[in-house]
Amino acid sequence: MNRLNFHRLILWTMLLLFAAWFLVPLYVMLTTSLKDAEQLRAGNLLSLPTDPTLDAWFKAWSSACTGVQCEGLKPFFWNSVLMVVPAVLASTLIGSLNGYVLSKWKFRGSETLFAFMLFGVFMPMQVVLLPMSQVLGWLGVASSVWGLMLVHVVAGIPSTTLFFRNYYIGLPDELIKAAQLDGAGFWMIFRRIVLPLSLPILVVTLIWQFTNIWNDFLYGVVFSGADSKPITVGLNNLANTSSAVKEYNVDMAAALIAALPTLFVYVVAGKYFVRGLTAGAVKG
Amino acid sequence: MGALAIRNIHKTYNDTVHILKGIDLEIEAGEFLILVGPSGCGKSTLLSMIAGLDHPSSGSIHIGERDVTNLPSKDRDIAMVFQSYALYPNMTVAQNIAFGLEIRKVPKAERQAAVDRVAAMLQIGHLLDRKPGQLSGGQRQRVAMGRALARDPKLFLFDEPLSNLDAKLRVEMRAEIKLLHQRTKTTTVYVTHDQVEAMTLGDRIAVMKDGLVQQFGTPNDIYNHPANRFVAEFIGSPAMNMVDAQRSTTSAGVALTAHGVALAVTDAQRAAMQAHGSADLVYGLRPESIGFADQGLPGTLCMIEPTGPETYATVDTQAGKLTARVPGVLQAAVGDAVHLQWQAEQSHLFDRASGVRVG
Repeated sequence: MNRLNFHRLILWTMLLLFAAWFLVPLYVMLTTSLKDAEQLRAGNLLSLPTDPTLDAWFKAWSSACTGVQCEGLKPFFWNSVLMVVPAVLASTLIGSLNGYVLSKWKFRGSETLFAFMLFGVFMPMQVVLLPMSQVLGWLGVASSVWGLMLVHVVAGIPSTTLFFRNYYIGLPDELIKAAQLDGAGFWMIFRRIVLPLSLPILVVTLIWQFTNIWNDFLYGVVFSGADSKPITVGLNNLANTSSAVKEYNVDMAAALIAALPTLFVYVVAGKYFVRGLTAGAVKG
Repeated sequence: MGALAIRNIHKTYNDTVHILKGIDLEIEAGEFLILVGPSGCGKSTLLSMIAGLDHPSSGSIHIGERDVTNLPSKDRDIAMVFQSYALYPNMTVAQNIAFGLEIRKVPKAERQAAVDRVAAMLQIGHLLDRKPGQLSGGQRQRVAMGRALARDPKLFLFDEPLSNLDAKLRVEMRAEIKLLHQRTKTTTVYVTHDQVEAMTLGDRIAVMKDGLVQQFGTPNDIYNHPANRFVAEFIGSPAMNMVDAQRSTTSAGVALTAHGVALAVTDAQRAAMQAHGSADLVYGLRPESIGFADQGLPGTLCMIEPTGPETYATVDTQAGKLTARVPGVLQAAVGDAVHLQWQAEQSHLFDRASGVRVG
């Protein structure tokens, strides 16, 4: 064995060890969710399920108690889907329009406006809770899925605007000028030239917004109504509902159910995500 | 009225930066106008205004009979080729060429005909289905020209279209632009900082500097009768030799000397000199006006630059360093003693302080 191979061996061993270390929690979650109550009582966290069963998954999905209700995560899951999909699409679309204007149709004060929008990216979520509930009250959408959606759209706009603006800055201005000379107006240029060139950043923003909004707990718990609570709130309630015996398998299955959509989105669009993040740096 | 008229255009930014300080230009239909000057002279800003992508602070722009000063680009009936080509990366070559027609709701069959016509003219038929990313620099240049040609505009604008190409391709494309113009006879405004492009392509050249047109004329005017020292030095390579000279009045009349060397001037120049206010002048000589001879101004060869068809020789003389441009290969070596000779008619006289042409 020569030197190079020896180094390789060390490298690979280290990498595999790290990978294993970070994968252990996932392993525990998965195996625990497939165990039955009896095996749980035996207490061996790392053992494989002796008698794998999906009972915990079914229970978590449709019959586990989340407070007084016992309908599992299902209603929360659909609440989340109904709220997240429009919120993600709206905040992404508005962000791309904002970015288009702030990079290609600059006006007096647009840079200042952008600087103010950047505040929104770094503002802690807690700061807006009180004023936001006030505003939602005025608008008559407090404690409803619409209110929650609105909050997420508004909260997402600074980041989505930042993403798109910085991406569009890289598009040559001459492209816009050429289209203007060709006779295209503001919307036509956006639709025919700018949007078709936005795929990488579009994917980045969609993943980013989906992950953020799907995983949000704070806004979900504060602004949702009784019948519009998102999955994160459902998961919290499920895990905190005390029963005689702690059903770890159901908790784990529920946590996995809550995490699956973001995982799915990342796996499907992940390669675009990385590509989009580096697109500004390296011209394709 | 000409095909394009620019009347007293001013442009200021934030009331402090004066980019254009009163530009007046007018060209006839079918003419090829060159805007040339060093970077920062305002030539690209002026072109943007003609294109409608920027707006003058005051003054007006007329295309044909119409005052287009406040018209949006799309209503000016113009097409433009950009320095970066600005092809739409998401569209094929054919779509790029047809885009302007599509926006203007030209029927599909007509669009197709226009694409075919342009593709044949520029020999890009085999590229029509490709995306701009798959094209070489020269091909992109052609497609950009095709896109501009497709609409058959009243006015063609070029913004330094050749500066992204390598030297060989630049010469090829320059010739193609010239041929294209001869064929289509579309009125053209062409911005460049390259004086060779200006001379070879232009029917009329506007030499600009610091937001002002220094001289507006035919290539022949600009080259042989430069209006001031800047134009004289900017156009022509190697640049015109400039010798600081002094007017002196003797019993024999007016004479011009530089460091004790008497400089040849014509009678007309002598008269102009005499009428001129200042005695401090600059004597200009194009390198090709100077030749080697058995007698004349003595000097020492200090540098020889052969280019093949001709040789640039720099000679140290009492009047200063002079560059001569002689045909063929120079049979001499650095350090040789030589004599330089030229005709008085070939010389140019400028005022030293203002740079304005005296004679």
